[in-house]
Amino acid sequence: MDPLLTRHVREPNSFTLDFYTQHGGYAAIRKALAMTPDAVVETVKASGLRGRGGAGFPTGMKWQFVDKKSAKPRYICCNADESEPGTFKDHVLMERNPHLLFEGCLIGCYAIGAKVAYIYIRGEFYHVQEVLERELEKARAAGLIGTNIFGSGFDCEIYVHRGAGAYEAGEETALIESLEGKRAQPRLKPPFPAVEGLYGCPTAVNNVETLCNVPLILEHGAEWFAKLGPEKNGGPKLYCLSGHVKRPGVYEASMSTTMRELVYDPRFGGGIRDDRALKCVIPGGSSVPVLLPDQLDIAASFDGVAAAGSLLGSAGIIVMDETTCMVWAAENLLHFYRHESCGKCTPCREGGAWLHNILCKIERGEGQMKDLDLLLSVAGNIAGKTLCAFGDAGATPVLTTVKTFRAEYEAHIREGRCTVPAPWRVAARAHAGAH
Amino acid sequence: MSFHPAMDYGRGRHQSARALPEEGSAFVYTAENREKLEAICARYPADRRKSAILAALYLAQAQQGYLTRNAMRHVADAIGCTPADVEDVVTYYTMFYTRPVGRYVLTVCRTLSCALMGAERVTQELAEALGVKPGETDATGTFTLHEVECLGACDRAPVVGVNDHWHECQRPEDVRGLLDGLRAAGPSVLTGCHLKVAGEGQ
Repeated sequence: MDPLLTRHVREPNSFTLDFYTQHGGYAAIRKALAMTPDAVVETVKASGLRGRGGAGFPTGMKWQFVDKKSAKPRYICCNADESEPGTFKDHVLMERNPHLLFEGCLIGCYAIGAKVAYIYIRGEFYHVQEVLERELEKARAAGLIGTNIFGSGFDCEIYVHRGAGAYEAGEETALIESLEGKRAQPRLKPPFPAVEGLYGCPTAVNNVETLCNVPLILEHGAEWFAKLGPEKNGGPKLYCLSGHVKRPGVYEASMSTTMRELVYDPRFGGGIRDDRALKCVIPGGSSVPVLLPDQLDIAASFDGVAAAGSLLGSAGIIVMDETTCMVWAAENLLHFYRHESCGKCTPCREGGAWLHNILCKIERGEGQMKDLDLLLSVAGNIAGKTLCAFGDAGATPVLTTVKTFRAEYEAHIREGRCTVPAPWRVAARAHAGAH
Repeated sequence: MSFHPAMDYGRGRHQSARALPEEGSAFVYTAENREKLEAICARYPADRRKSAILAALYLAQAQQGYLTRNAMRHVADAIGCTPADVEDVVTYYTMFYTRPVGRYVLTVCRTLSCALMGAERVTQELAEALGVKPGETDATGTFTLHEVECLGACDRAPVVGVNDHWHECQRPEDVRGLLDGLRAAGPSVLTGCHLKVAGEGQ
């Protein structure tokens, strides 16, 4: 499949309004404006587009759930927080193809009857925000954003909202809280944002890549889009390859591409650096179960990866070679989850720190065999017991590594040291645990 | 926080009366920053100025380098919320500093993808070269070193943030060169983001 979302991103000035319109940009919104909003929702539903943020929920259904009977204003919140470890795809779209995102926002707003879209971008993407703000200004000056767009009577504004460093802000209700000027902490659901979201108004929260797919659907049709991939996994998909691959980067492909192709094919990852042996792959950001080398012959689709016992998530594929210690990797990720827990739910706030402490203890060579069952017990008491999916996400690296690499944990405990020391690590790093 | 969007946290009986004591020198926005803040507030409904609180704090931090309690009190006035609301936000988000920082804040990504490519050694070399531990500022007040979680540049690992800029593919053996370069020539020595195509204008 030829790239669609990222086709021009390596070309000079691909981010400019002139470039975008010269390549057929803003034709899809014209098409949408000639349809009824409900017909736009139906088209997106028929395309089978699934949310690219991680959950893979059908976008058309999300839009349909937005409460149209409410007298309150409606909103689109574009989730550009991109903070799942190993994920860096939205960054490319926003920096190199921002008008595609704006067009997706406009179509989304038209479909659900919103007049404002907020793009919530993580604070660390300052240089990306500068591109967005500058290009928004150009689109506004050209009359593509604002009042009476294309003389249709449709009014729509798009604003960029800068976050300030919080992984949890990527959770849709926490994103809304943060947009309201509060701590990024999740809300109890229901009510879902479609009924009571931003400012208590009906809201659709959509990922950047999701919204960028919408103009393609309007332009080429729902059927064309659905046929770009396996059944129920249509459209182009961006994959983020990082870790021990020869060619890390963002690659666009159909979801019929296999995980093995993504890691080994010269068009994608190109194999493991220094031609070492592969140890495992985390296929969807930090919070999903690992895949072993013999589990890679699966379609890298939402359903394909789920059938193999993991999740496609944000398609952040982290590749680890044989020099990687899995106790260390789990400790690294639990440091992340301990640090990023928003603190609202006790199982996640306390449990994440407990897990990290136990992992540090094993890393230091002070572990006991009974710690392994303790890890599983604590992790099992977090998963499913929190307001948002963060708790499950933090428990997963422990559950999956203890289950899959138990012998490695046991060797650490038995020998009182790391049995897989890698040259790229700091040997004497003090895993003190407490922060 | 709110458990339910219809519950009016932060208003009426849910409003904290916690006062912030004075700290630091007097703080008032410059006219230019106040104007910028009002322009950002206009992006939100008139009764939702609190949405601009992060932007307001960024402006105060840019003006003063870090956020004192006096700055938080002024932000509360400018936004129309309580000082407790502001303190609540400042202490949650990692990009706000409540103590002075160096001219360059180095943020080394420590999460898995960067760690797999040697980020631990980058931090170690930086700490040794500067004579500090992560979280500290060097004796000259030029550099503050932080380890941070995933910056979203995992294909260019290890990545180091320098204030609002990125420095990609930082090898441990080259960190002294980076520090010398920043001292001598400023942020122009940074790689920036690799997605920029050579020769393109703004």
